[in-house]
Amino acid sequence: MARMKTLLGATIAVAGLAVASTAAKADGELFIYNWTDYTSPELIEKFEKETGINVTLDIYDSSETLLAKLQSGATGYDIVVPGHAFLPIMIEEGLVQEIDVASLKGYENLEERWRNPDWDPEGRYSVPWQWGTTSFMADTALYDGPIDTLETLFEPPPAYQGSIAMFRAPSEVIGLALIYLDKPQCNDNVEDMREVQKLLLEQRPHVKIYNSDGILERLVSGDTAMHMIWNGYAMRAREQKPTLKYAMPKEGILGWMDVMVVPSGAKNRDNAIRFLEFMLQPENMAIQSNFARYANAVKGSQEFMDEDLRSAPELNVPEDVEVIFPWACGEESIRLYDRVWTRVLQ
Amino acid sequence: MTADAGNVATSKAAAAARRRTRAPFVTGEYPGFRFFTIVFFFFLYAPILVLIVYSFNDNRSATLWTEFSIDWYIRAFNNDDIRRAALNSLTIALVAASAATVIATLAALILVRGGRFPGHSLAYGLISLPLMVPEIVTAVATLSFFAAIGLSLGLGNVIIAHTVFCIPFAYMPIQARLSDMDTTFEQAAQDLYANDWNAFRHVTLPLMMPGIVAGAMLAFIISIDDVIITLMVAGAGSTTLPVYIYGMVRMGVTPEVNAVSTVLLAISILFVSLSWMINRRR
Amino acid sequence: MSALPQSSALRRMAGLMPALLVIGIFMLGPLCIIAAYSFMEASPYGGVRPEFSFGAYRQFLFDLDLDDSLIFNPAYLNIVARSVVLAVAATSLSLVLGFPAAYYIATRPPHWRTVLLLLVTIPFWTNLLIRTFAWILILRDDGLINSVLMWLGATDAPLRLLYTDGAIAVGLIYSYLPFMVLPIYASLEKIDMRLVEAAHDLHANRLQAMWRVILPLAKPGIIAGSILVFIPSLGAFIAPDLLGGGRRLMIGSLIHMQFSSSRNWPFGSAVAMILLAVVLVLMLVYARNAGRGRGEAAR
Repeated sequence: MARMKTLLGATIAVAGLAVASTAAKADGELFIYNWTDYTSPELIEKFEKETGINVTLDIYDSSETLLAKLQSGATGYDIVVPGHAFLPIMIEEGLVQEIDVASLKGYENLEERWRNPDWDPEGRYSVPWQWGTTSFMADTALYDGPIDTLETLFEPPPAYQGSIAMFRAPSEVIGLALIYLDKPQCNDNVEDMREVQKLLLEQRPHVKIYNSDGILERLVSGDTAMHMIWNGYAMRAREQKPTLKYAMPKEGILGWMDVMVVPSGAKNRDNAIRFLEFMLQPENMAIQSNFARYANAVKGSQEFMDEDLRSAPELNVPEDVEVIFPWACGEESIRLYDRVWTRVLQ
Repeated sequence: MTADAGNVATSKAAAAARRRTRAPFVTGEYPGFRFFTIVFFFFLYAPILVLIVYSFNDNRSATLWTEFSIDWYIRAFNNDDIRRAALNSLTIALVAASAATVIATLAALILVRGGRFPGHSLAYGLISLPLMVPEIVTAVATLSFFAAIGLSLGLGNVIIAHTVFCIPFAYMPIQARLSDMDTTFEQAAQDLYANDWNAFRHVTLPLMMPGIVAGAMLAFIISIDDVIITLMVAGAGSTTLPVYIYGMVRMGVTPEVNAVSTVLLAISILFVSLSWMINRRR
Repeated sequence: MSALPQSSALRRMAGLMPALLVIGIFMLGPLCIIAAYSFMEASPYGGVRPEFSFGAYRQFLFDLDLDDSLIFNPAYLNIVARSVVLAVAATSLSLVLGFPAAYYIATRPPHWRTVLLLLVTIPFWTNLLIRTFAWILILRDDGLINSVLMWLGATDAPLRLLYTDGAIAVGLIYSYLPFMVLPIYASLEKIDMRLVEAAHDLHANRLQAMWRVILPLAKPGIIAGSILVFIPSLGAFIAPDLLGGGRRLMIGSLIHMQFSSSRNWPFGSAVAMILLAVVLVLMLVYARNAGRGRGEAAR
């Protein structure tokens, strides 16, 4: 009994301590919400040293989680990093605040083509973090033919049949299928989606696994010979197994841009602004790209980037390949996507 | 039965013969079970051994071996985020499991030993409820609920949510322990003029202890492994280790996680050895 | 009953209050929200629109044809059936593997018991995702098992172990084994070996002693353990997705998808409510029967 009491006492003390340590923080704080290993520790250290602001990094697993949490209103984050497709939703729902990007110190470093993107046409809410593409990667040791077409993925040659892996979530799978079929993204046309369904059902017997975890391991171990993948991740896989090649399909490629925004009700708006300005400096953004291995939108950051990153084929999209940034889809197309996906995995 | 009774002598002799030829007959010993238990523990620990081996992997990937290295340990120790996440996980699991075990013990005493009363099944159903709702649903619902009532206690939110779903896991073993346990000891204690509290403390509680210990352990491991509910209800600064790991999907899981897991494992083994030594001395 | 001789109603209230309060507020409250969601319409951005609708429940059984007529669609029922079969398999296999271990642990000297019990739970301090990754390493074509088999010359080509139903079962058992072992241990630990001895004195062999004496005494633990393995297995998706290849949806994935990529909270809520109703009815039936059984035994 006495032991139990001490244990209980100790537990309460630990809990008290933990609550106190989160409550004691007031100013000089910045709470960032991002993916794991997607923020360079070196970068955070540099920012803390330069500004004296104490940064706390929290983790989420998907943009949907982020959206649901922001919608509930119970957060406390100062910088969040959603995918571009989610930004229009967040703006419409009033979840992010205006920051007037043009007035930020270092705005001139932002590449022109990212200053007024479709998802934030007046440049009022977001600063680009990292961007990349979604395509597939194949082991060229097994197949001589060209892989610069989505046909390789959706109507695979015998060499890849039975060892293909696709993502778990429907949006990007269907997105690529729509590119291949030359149909518009976020499609709500029943006939178009019927074609998508037919394509995916015909591809299904050749698919070994539908999953987005542990992609690198499956590719490098040879468990799967062809895998849907993001470009920065693909680069890591190629470094481990040089015969792996990231495809730049001539039909087009899916693009995504993760953007930094300040949620409504952020407690440390000023610190968040300082962080955004810090990230607009080429040498800082380069630290981030070197760590996460994705491209950024800051001019001059190339100079500070690792050589292998600058010359990486995964990061340099050929000029004749169109990068398509799909929109946050409307209700009708989301329903159709869901139906197609349920049929495919039935 | 009558035939058996008639054959007492012969079967006694047969049993004696059995004893001579086979392993010594110990009441309640099942010789195959020992082997089975070894297989059982092998099954439990094989993946854990693999995981430990790969924590010493030089490669960035958690499943592709290149060469020996302790880099991931150094990185893990220098990684504030992962350390904070591990500490958060332990704190939440300790507090939530303790709270859930106390609550479950009280409830089990009433529901199992308190006789039938109106609403008995309902109370039982209510206690098992957190078990029956899929995690993602609980997560989204609790998020909406906390927001609706304006509850924002940082780590406190997570602890409350964890306590709720730990209760049935703590309750089930305690219930299993208590049911069919006879009450003669307590009656004897009461006959000896022990008051209710003393009878409970010195008789009932020690009898319940194995169930309570089992329940507390289950609650602890269910809490320390939870990710979906934590992801949704956690406020700023309450990232836990599982959440940290799930966020790696985009960039790939690294052996850093294996290293942290191994350290946690080493700590827990240390505790086990200590408890074994203390118990043996007594 | 004798354990609570006086003012039992009052005591009952006091003992149950914490559990009922905590679950009543923090579980029933959220559950009411979910029940409400299941009768609403989905908002395109996730979340719900507060308009009353049976649509979510209709979707579970029927498809809307192009001309708005209803067609029966067994897809979701198939998913439920598949998940139930898998959960039953995982539960029975956990019982077969867990019972001997629980019994062995319960019959050790006291200072060993807690240690062995802790050893059962220690692997579960490690995250489920990481443990599942370790299984991939063991099961895949160039994995541990296949390497050993080929080294022994037992097989020339690697056996297909990963991405099979067997792999899913292994993963599920491995996820939930302690939930079976610990409750069984808790109920076995109290067995008085003199009862087993008495059985042997009555010429029961080991098997009969197990069947007639030990198993009935372990029944509460077996039931508790089965509940704790069955229900989480039903909603599991990490093992099916990673070890099974995720080529066929499980109910856990289906519900998860509705709250994430498909952004259909009402349908996710409705499926969860259906699942809850089924499990709740089963549990209440069990609770009633168990209660009646006890009552008869007392008489």
